[in-house]
Amino acid sequence: MSGASMLTDEEKREIDEELAKYRTKRAAGPEALKIVQKYRGWISDESLRDVARYLELSDEELDSVATCYNFIFRRPVGRHLILLCDSVTCWVVGYEDLRARIEQRLGIQMGQTTPDGRFTLLPAACLGACDRAPVMMIDEQLYVELSPAKVDEILDTYR
Amino acid sequence: MEKPLTQNIRPDREPLDIREYEQAGGYQALRQALQMSPLKIQEMVTDAYIRGRGGAGFPTGKKWSAVPMGDKARRPKFFAINADEMEPGTFKDRLLMEGDPNLVVESAIIASYAIEADVAYIFLRWAYKLAAQRLTKAIAQAYEKGYLGWNILGSSYSLEMYLHTSAGRYMCGEENGLLNAMEGKRPIPRTRPPHAVMVGIWGKPTAVNNVETIACVPYIVSHGSAAFKALSHTEEGGTKLYGVSGRVKRPGIWELPLGTTLGEIFHDYAGGMRDGYQFRGLLPGGASTSFLVEKHFDARMDFGSMDKTGSRLGTGTIIVLDDKTCPVGMVLNLEQFFARESCGWCTPCREGLPWLRDMLDAIERGAGILEDLEILQEHTWLLQLGHTFCALAPGAVMPLDGALKYFREDFENHIRQHRCPYRH
Repeated sequence: MSGASMLTDEEKREIDEELAKYRTKRAAGPEALKIVQKYRGWISDESLRDVARYLELSDEELDSVATCYNFIFRRPVGRHLILLCDSVTCWVVGYEDLRARIEQRLGIQMGQTTPDGRFTLLPAACLGACDRAPVMMIDEQLYVELSPAKVDEILDTYR
Repeated sequence: MEKPLTQNIRPDREPLDIREYEQAGGYQALRQALQMSPLKIQEMVTDAYIRGRGGAGFPTGKKWSAVPMGDKARRPKFFAINADEMEPGTFKDRLLMEGDPNLVVESAIIASYAIEADVAYIFLRWAYKLAAQRLTKAIAQAYEKGYLGWNILGSSYSLEMYLHTSAGRYMCGEENGLLNAMEGKRPIPRTRPPHAVMVGIWGKPTAVNNVETIACVPYIVSHGSAAFKALSHTEEGGTKLYGVSGRVKRPGIWELPLGTTLGEIFHDYAGGMRDGYQFRGLLPGGASTSFLVEKHFDARMDFGSMDKTGSRLGTGTIIVLDDKTCPVGMVLNLEQFFARESCGWCTPCREGLPWLRDMLDAIERGAGILEDLEILQEHTWLLQLGHTFCALAPGAVMPLDGALKYFREDFENHIRQHRCPYRH
């Protein structure tokens, strides 16, 4: 592969740790993309190329993997990700009310980012906490037994 | 009653750290296992008749006995623990990984030893952040204690173990999708044969088993096959994590004898319906199982008995439909999930599921016609086993098939009234 990879030393160090787990460089693709996404927020074409060169893959090979995962973002997202579970149990016990409240409060539709770049609202498949439904995740934090009022309180804590 | 899976799990409490886990008897099963031959453990697991808890119910001993063993086997061999729990309505493996991570790691070591695996990967779902933290710690501590790495506890057996956290795709939980995902490829099915046990990750023999399945193995090793079989109410061995979600009084998860009846789980453990709601039906084991109704409450929740009802045990986590929730809307929600998650490899699934979703959406909005029901029914045949490369497509149409059987009147009412009768 020609051209230098523009990964930072920190990104390279973390990707190297992942590479040690696998027998091929390609196998570290999803983890490497997640590492770069952690630092850069999303995977731009440039970021994709940086990772592809480091793993000695073509851009297309790596993009075929990047685009099949729900949580590798090939478009910019906000500072905080709201992942609202829209799977069956949450749907039965109150997903639609939660979605309406979040969309109204933030002035965005599912899949959009607030103009100030604070939140992106995305649907998430079952988050595996159905006994405490309805649930959502914001960034790495899981919130359970939600009501529209509780969602308001939670959103207030994010800047 | 003995609870081999959840004996160390206390709600609202941090999981046992490795020292407490050892004090509670943890890692004794590994010591015992290393005194036995791998084939002996395979034999015990076969005799215990444990069927795969990921949902397919394949006998674990039978799977392991197909792994090439001894000097002639191609190395390295792999063990992949399927912890990609993403079946809607399923929250059982999360409990084990968050509640007793050391049990999961010990189980994975014993299971790996049973097939003489050189490397084990725990393939974990992206959303399970707490499980990732706790498993990472449990693996690191197992290395420190000499339960992982070179010459484990002075035996000649060596094993590396790694945590792989995915990035979210239902297909990664399918055995062959998981193999491809592990190699950094798109999670799509593989042509079988050869099966993973012969040709798996990087072409090497690989056993893939669900978290709850392997978590049964320490008990089998320390107490014997007969004791494990005696835990259940049926010929299939062991206990099972049963969950209930929806509008019931006490949503939750319980470890009970395999073969506990549906009615007992629903009434005695989940407490029946919440006040103001009536029971309509349920999915017994996640989104990809067929609906059951009140007449099935006497049916036992084991693989064999559930197959006889026309549904499946699946993951054993029950999702309840109440009388104020629209069955058409519920099936639409399920098919929306399957349509979105289809990996796109097989035409009936890639093309069929979006059609089903759109048709159900039309019916739900009041724009359906009666002929739609025939087309919906036709698709439950079109996506059947044998028409697609993997079993997720047949699973995707199971709830639709059940809904057409038990809630046909609701579909017809939507079409006749040109609206959803459940929305005001």
